[in-house]
Amino acid sequence: MKNTFIGQPMERREDLRFLRGRGEYVDDVALPGLLHAAILRSSVAHGKIKSIDTSAALKRPGVHTVITAADMPGGPPIVPMRLQPLPEFKPFEQPAIAHEKVRYVGEPIAVVLAATAAQAEDAFDAIEVEIEELPAVADWTVAQRNNSVLFDKQGTNRSMVFESRKGDADAAFASAPYVRKERLRTGRHYGLTMEPRGVMATWDAAKGMLTIYGAAKVPFFNRRILSAQIGLPVEQIEMIENDVGGGYGARGEFYPEDFLIPFAARHTGRPVKWIEDRRENLIAMNHAREEEAILEVACARDGTILAIRGEVHTDMGAYMRTNGAVGARNVSQFMAGPYRVPHVKIDSSLWMTNKTPVGTYRGPGRFEANFFLERMIDMIAEELRIDRIDMRRRNLITAKEQPYPIATVQPTNAVDEYDSGHYPETLERALQEIDWPRVSKLQGKLVDGKYHGIGVVCFIEGGAAGPKETARLEVNGDGTISLYLGTSSVGQGVETIFAQIAADALEVSIERIRHVHHGSTAYVSDGYGAYHSRSTVMGGSAVLDAANNFLAALREAGAKRLGCDANAVTLDEDKLTGGGKSVPLREFAGLTQEGVFLNKKHTYSYGSHVAHITVDPKLGRIEIIDYVVVQDVGRAINPLTVKGQMIGSLVQGLGGAVLEDLKYDENGQILTGSLADYLLPLASDFPNLRGVVLDKYPSPINPLGAKGAGEGGIIAAGGCMANAVANALSSLGVQPRQLPLSPAYIWELLQQAGRKAAE
Amino acid sequence: MGWRMTTKFEVNGKPVSVNVEPRMTLADCLRHELRLTGTHVGCEHGVCGACTVLVDGEAVRACLMLAVQAEGAKVVTVEGLSNDADLTPLQKSFRKHHALQCGFCTPGFITTAHALLTEEPDCDADRVREVLSGNICRCTGYIGIVEAVLDARAAYKK
Ligand code: FES
Ligand code: FES
Repeated sequence: MKNTFIGQPMERREDLRFLRGRGEYVDDVALPGLLHAAILRSSVAHGKIKSIDTSAALKRPGVHTVITAADMPGGPPIVPMRLQPLPEFKPFEQPAIAHEKVRYVGEPIAVVLAATAAQAEDAFDAIEVEIEELPAVADWTVAQRNNSVLFDKQGTNRSMVFESRKGDADAAFASAPYVRKERLRTGRHYGLTMEPRGVMATWDAAKGMLTIYGAAKVPFFNRRILSAQIGLPVEQIEMIENDVGGGYGARGEFYPEDFLIPFAARHTGRPVKWIEDRRENLIAMNHAREEEAILEVACARDGTILAIRGEVHTDMGAYMRTNGAVGARNVSQFMAGPYRVPHVKIDSSLWMTNKTPVGTYRGPGRFEANFFLERMIDMIAEELRIDRIDMRRRNLITAKEQPYPIATVQPTNAVDEYDSGHYPETLERALQEIDWPRVSKLQGKLVDGKYHGIGVVCFIEGGAAGPKETARLEVNGDGTISLYLGTSSVGQGVETIFAQIAADALEVSIERIRHVHHGSTAYVSDGYGAYHSRSTVMGGSAVLDAANNFLAALREAGAKRLGCDANAVTLDEDKLTGGGKSVPLREFAGLTQEGVFLNKKHTYSYGSHVAHITVDPKLGRIEIIDYVVVQDVGRAINPLTVKGQMIGSLVQGLGGAVLEDLKYDENGQILTGSLADYLLPLASDFPNLRGVVLDKYPSPINPLGAKGAGEGGIIAAGGCMANAVANALSSLGVQPRQLPLSPAYIWELLQQAGRKAAE
Repeated sequence: MGWRMTTKFEVNGKPVSVNVEPRMTLADCLRHELRLTGTHVGCEHGVCGACTVLVDGEAVRACLMLAVQAEGAKVVTVEGLSNDADLTPLQKSFRKHHALQCGFCTPGFITTAHALLTEEPDCDADRVREVLSGNICRCTGYIGIVEAVLDARAAYKK
């Protein structure tokens, strides 16, 4: 039997429990003797804490304990960075609970533990917090003045400048026949998960064991953080991954609550549960995206890009969180996108402000870079009077140039290259899908009171961050096989995908792979998790290695029982056969083997978006007539879920392109504090979307040939929609330079255009 | 502990009696008192639809209703629209069209879609989108959900 589960659109095994309401998310787990935690958060954006008095709150009904920084001898522990943990960032990391100062609205000040969550919240108004307010730093332009600084000892609000370099950009600019300079910015978004975050912890004093429920994304790493903070060896901490209601980069990073709740459990000796509410989630979960670029592109007259240089400024919020530097780093490294750009020089500054801190959100830095450069390509093509699609064709990297080296980022010395692919191919396919010869005639046309526009952009998506992933296979007592993984699920459907890979490698039926366990620290010796579109590639490759080791071990064990040579033994669904005899697989119950995949390189999938939209000039409203994403993912393990990732991430991207923006006033108060203000895409917003998955150019750097493919829809949505709007309104000379393309912003652009025309 | 009230109603065909604070929402009551955790809570302010249950046949946001208001009502949750033996036609259609990823929003979509298809088995795509626009899904982009609901219409036709 030669299996081919890989490549088939297979229905997901996870669905069987989710559809019946039998998923088990962290708030679904109940334990006896539970205390509920509620977290009092700062309502002041920037200030010195003068005093905190919790005595009255302790007398409130049901209240058990109130925890503040004062309960932590030596001060609260800080939450260290996971990615790019440079020494320069150390002073900007977040204490697990506010200490001496508060730096954003939402910063934890006290944890109230009570018999019910409602009683814990009821006690908030009995806590006296005296804060001496300081001037708020509400955005990066205020931050750079350094009049008010968040970290007094540092004396500056800038935590870092990432320098991205390739070739000699200044020299290229000096001799360039054409240069265009623009200032562009993206809104502030976040990876809002439908399930708010939650942590539950129990402390078993007799065994010295701390158990954490609600772990996600990177449980092994988080266990190491907690171990250092709380002073327990990792063996005495178990992290349990429950079902996870969405990740998108934001969930599962180590947050202050990931220390506070385990600490509370140990402090009280009682199980403690904290479930975030939505208003809290909007100010506590990592924000992302808010970046402004001042960018120059140098070109030949035919549109050949010669060099890119400029600066990017990221509004980091108040602290450097675990993965907070990734967006600002990526925007500098990937500014050139899928294009052949010999000279790059980008300085990316990270500014601390009095807002919720940033972290990654699906397509970190890439969404922004794509918007910046793609917007400029269209403006340049228009000015040089060349076709914007030809300009892209001319500059896209081709298969014979692979692997293609990209800019190096300092001070992390991040050297990287693209792995494989013929980038013009997805562009041609996308144009064909949208029927370019037909729709191109509509560009800029006013039909029934609406302007038609087409947006065309190309993108690159990185994936498969190393260094390592682990998988383990084990024979069960009933002769089925269990698969355990160090990577995690954040709702992508990894259980199905890993079962497909394992069943193919072992040449057994997919049902034989009975259970797929992942994410909890007890399953394998080490694990790295679900980020950077890495689960399938890294975890899947580890499954292949585990399958090899597992088969070898089975052959050896089988040979002894069957009295034949190990090479003669084969796994035949539910038995081992060899030497004309067979023995049931269940008799090898407990036999287990681990496998690992080590990787230093990244995969790069790529693709194109083409959108046909209309703009209603009276309402400033955009409607999508047709939208096509084409992405080459190297190898599609499960086309059904790859397409699901594509469309799902596209709609998130469209949210960022036209709806989503976390707004603050100049005092650092959030203005979008509910889902009625922070607008998310709804079922009625974007009905006409299509995705095409290609797998023509497998990745050479892993045995599956797969590439990370969870972000392709989101990365290019902002650029594509902005270009479509510019194209629709080209007769009026409208050029969007910021996101989101809200009706108010489009209306403002039209007013400006009208005034210009009148002059 | 504050003042409590005893409330009797029916959940998934079984009579229940709960003694809860009047301020407890129906969502919290179902989840924490009755341990029916299929009903999810995503916003607690009536926007996301994750908490949707059927009350006397109508789709209702259980986070905006108090448990004591359910007195005498017939409440149906996602658990009540499921069975052990097999997925229902609506659930099968969701699976076939990959209408869920993380699954957190799914119970709310199942209950909302069930109420819609029971009332209007002939609804068109626009109507489906209109009704489902009261539920937020952050994973799927809705395309699969709408296809799944349309595809399940046949099972609701008399
Ligand atoms: S939890 Fe009820 S609508 Fe969101
Ligand atoms: S499936 Fe995750 S929110 Fe809908």
